[in-house]
Amino acid sequence: MSKSVKIRKGLDIRLVGVANKIKSEAPAPKTVSIRPADFHGVIPKMLHKEGADVKIGEAIFQDKYNEAVKFASPVNGKLEAVVRGEKRKILEVVISVEGEQDYSSLGAIDYASMDGEAVKAKMLAAGLWPFVKQRPIDIVANPNNTPKAIFISAFDSSPLAPDFDFVLHGKNAEFQAGLDVLSKLTTGRVHLTLNGKAPADSTFKEAKGVQINTIYGKHPAGNVGTQIHHIDPINKGEFVWVVNAQDVAIIGRYFLTGRYNPKRTIALTGSEIKDPQYYDVVAGANLSELLAGKITSDNVRVISGNVLTGDKIAVDGHLGFYHNQVTVIPEGDQLKFVLTKGWMSPGLDKFSNNRLLLSSWFGGKKQYRMDTNTNGEERAFVVTGELDRVFPFDILPMQLAKAAITHDIDGMENLGIYEVAPEDFALCEYVCTSKIDIQDKIREGLDIIQEECM
Amino acid sequence: MKFLEKIVHNMEPKFAKGGKLEKWHPVFESFATLAFTPALTTKKGAHIRDGVDLKRTMMTVIIALLPALLFGIYNTGHWEMVAATGNRDLVFWADQGAKIIAGLKVVLPLVIVSYGVGLTIEFIFGLINGHSLHEGFLVSGLLIPLIMPADVPLWMVGVATAFAVVIGKEIFGGTGMNILNVALTARAFLFFAYPTSMSGDFVWMAGKETTVDGFTGSTALGELATSLTPEPIHASVDSFTAKYSVMDSFIGNIPGSIGETSTLMCLIGAAILILTRVGSWRIITSFFAGGFVMGLLLNAMGGNAYFDLPAVNQLLLGGFAFGAVFMATDPVTAAQTSTGKIVYGFLGGLLAILIRVLNPAFPEGVMMAILFMNVMAPIIDHYVVQANIKRRLKRVKTA
Repeated sequence: MSKSVKIRKGLDIRLVGVANKIKSEAPAPKTVSIRPADFHGVIPKMLHKEGADVKIGEAIFQDKYNEAVKFASPVNGKLEAVVRGEKRKILEVVISVEGEQDYSSLGAIDYASMDGEAVKAKMLAAGLWPFVKQRPIDIVANPNNTPKAIFISAFDSSPLAPDFDFVLHGKNAEFQAGLDVLSKLTTGRVHLTLNGKAPADSTFKEAKGVQINTIYGKHPAGNVGTQIHHIDPINKGEFVWVVNAQDVAIIGRYFLTGRYNPKRTIALTGSEIKDPQYYDVVAGANLSELLAGKITSDNVRVISGNVLTGDKIAVDGHLGFYHNQVTVIPEGDQLKFVLTKGWMSPGLDKFSNNRLLLSSWFGGKKQYRMDTNTNGEERAFVVTGELDRVFPFDILPMQLAKAAITHDIDGMENLGIYEVAPEDFALCEYVCTSKIDIQDKIREGLDIIQEECM
Repeated sequence: MKFLEKIVHNMEPKFAKGGKLEKWHPVFESFATLAFTPALTTKKGAHIRDGVDLKRTMMTVIIALLPALLFGIYNTGHWEMVAATGNRDLVFWADQGAKIIAGLKVVLPLVIVSYGVGLTIEFIFGLINGHSLHEGFLVSGLLIPLIMPADVPLWMVGVATAFAVVIGKEIFGGTGMNILNVALTARAFLFFAYPTSMSGDFVWMAGKETTVDGFTGSTALGELATSLTPEPIHASVDSFTAKYSVMDSFIGNIPGSIGETSTLMCLIGAAILILTRVGSWRIITSFFAGGFVMGLLLNAMGGNAYFDLPAVNQLLLGGFAFGAVFMATDPVTAAQTSTGKIVYGFLGGLLAILIRVLNPAFPEGVMMAILFMNVMAPIIDHYVVQANIKRRLKRVKTA
């Protein structure tokens, strides 16, 4: 019953700095952090005081409103600081890495004989639950719901994205264990969707107990949101859970070794990185040692994640919980003279999905070095149809965005807010001539929906 | 350019919050952003943004308008000389380019008045609301002179522009918020407020007082409209097409509003708009299709010269092509959904010809048709959106 989907809308943004397929161990970080902001809507309740010793897999904080959901320390060390912002909101929990880091096996867990509830309890206790996210609303899954399906994308199509076929090559056992565990959590199917454009690694191709689908097309073909919409769309009242492919392997690793080990392979990418390649790091690791000496210019933006949905971090910042990628691009905080670089320029050096710049006509397959300049000021929506061209859903993107901006709950429900996550609108935000922060508006809309309708 | 950049940097603190000239910040910002794309950076979400902004988009529309503008200047001069001499067969370069000079003398003041009045009002609203100049008027300001008769008094253009900007746009919230096309609002205002300056036999050629005897100065459609009166100028469609051939109407060698006469120039503009995706090909093609279908229908009915005019000629005459390419495609006032655009364009074209033929008081039905469709566009979109919603609801039932 596998499905094959072709999408025609979308956009591949060609950037300089694709990671070469070389993998190294990253230098050991001095600190790791967990940022509650990575888990939208979670209000952390600390379980330790500053200065306490913590061990690998020990819970650091839990969700105040759903105490079963725990967030575990990825390392042995000391809880160094709880960074707080306005109204004492916790921004970041920093753990200094101390002592021996032992990830050796404690013995496999016999998950084959467990039922869904037992697996769920194990995952919650081990701090694995935050890897499971739910649609609608795009938040950490509520363990009390039953999903109608679980979706896993076997590739990432966003700009400069890591190649999962390379990253998970040879991790067949961990990945398969993860799939087996996840399939106990749903009464429906587990969907694994492969990229139709390239042959998949055996890790994915030979996966068992799941429905393997194929999707052809440009970004956002690799987004689970796109895949869900075309394979098994969400209607009001239904839940679908999604797990990132690397996180499936992390879950599987726990059940095979009995130890929480959130190590992942990230791609260090972007035009300002010397020799972009892959590194093995632990989730939340401090990146200052890794980035030292690899950034080629002064004024850069370091992004944990990809350029469309990632988070801006400091040069000595920490990797996000879910991110498989770090991107470094130039900052665009300079005035750009109208005729050479500004709005009247020929535009051979700028990438655009419109056809107003020469690059759209004569650019060929050129890769671009893009900075963070907005290339214009914010305006009301004027141009129509441009969002539709990069939004492969049977949903009207501008109408939905407008409903979200005006907090029109009925409008959002009718127009399909339950099927989308902010990341699905990342390309819309990118192409928007009026420079509106559409992902933000969609998130606002989702927050209202969660409060009023869930 | 370091020099200019320095000036901007030096002036910035004066206009910043707390600076001496804080109130004038919108004006400063408008000029500064004309010279430099500002140093604004993304905060989160999509860290990179497309290289195109609204200024670039509007600039492209202006480029697409240039052929119509240049031909309009020539044609205005041409008909001024025709009216003076009674000779329609003047060569392009007659009298060492006198046509072009005469045309410039008429068109340039119109453009200056339109931009001058419009931009002043936009700046005033910008100062009141604390925002810099929004780009919409850069296009409207050029469209307005192009849809005026050559002989319209300048003060009328000023009044009409002021009306269109204030009532047509700013009271709704400015660029992106208006319901009616701004330029057409200006024209409609003049049409109803000063009908004698906007229609009839004497407004289409500048300098009419020198007109030779026996020369009628009305537009082609104006002549044809008399076919419904007791004293038609053209008793049959043949005598009309003999005077205004398909070729003449296509090239634009006919009297009319300044920029609208040449279908060829409008099509060049259409090509620019469609290739750059600034104008919707759906609207442009369906608008022409709608007009053609109505033309055929009226041919089938027949009855007088106006009904009998071949559908192709209908599309080439008057402001039909100009309306289809530059007015109907205004993204703010047109339908916004893909399906909606097709319906919107088709009905617009249909109505334009219908109004033109059945109501000879409005030989320029295109203006009415587009303004009417502007009002109807949200309803068309509403039904397209409802269809999308129903399609998604049906999924639940079939699943």
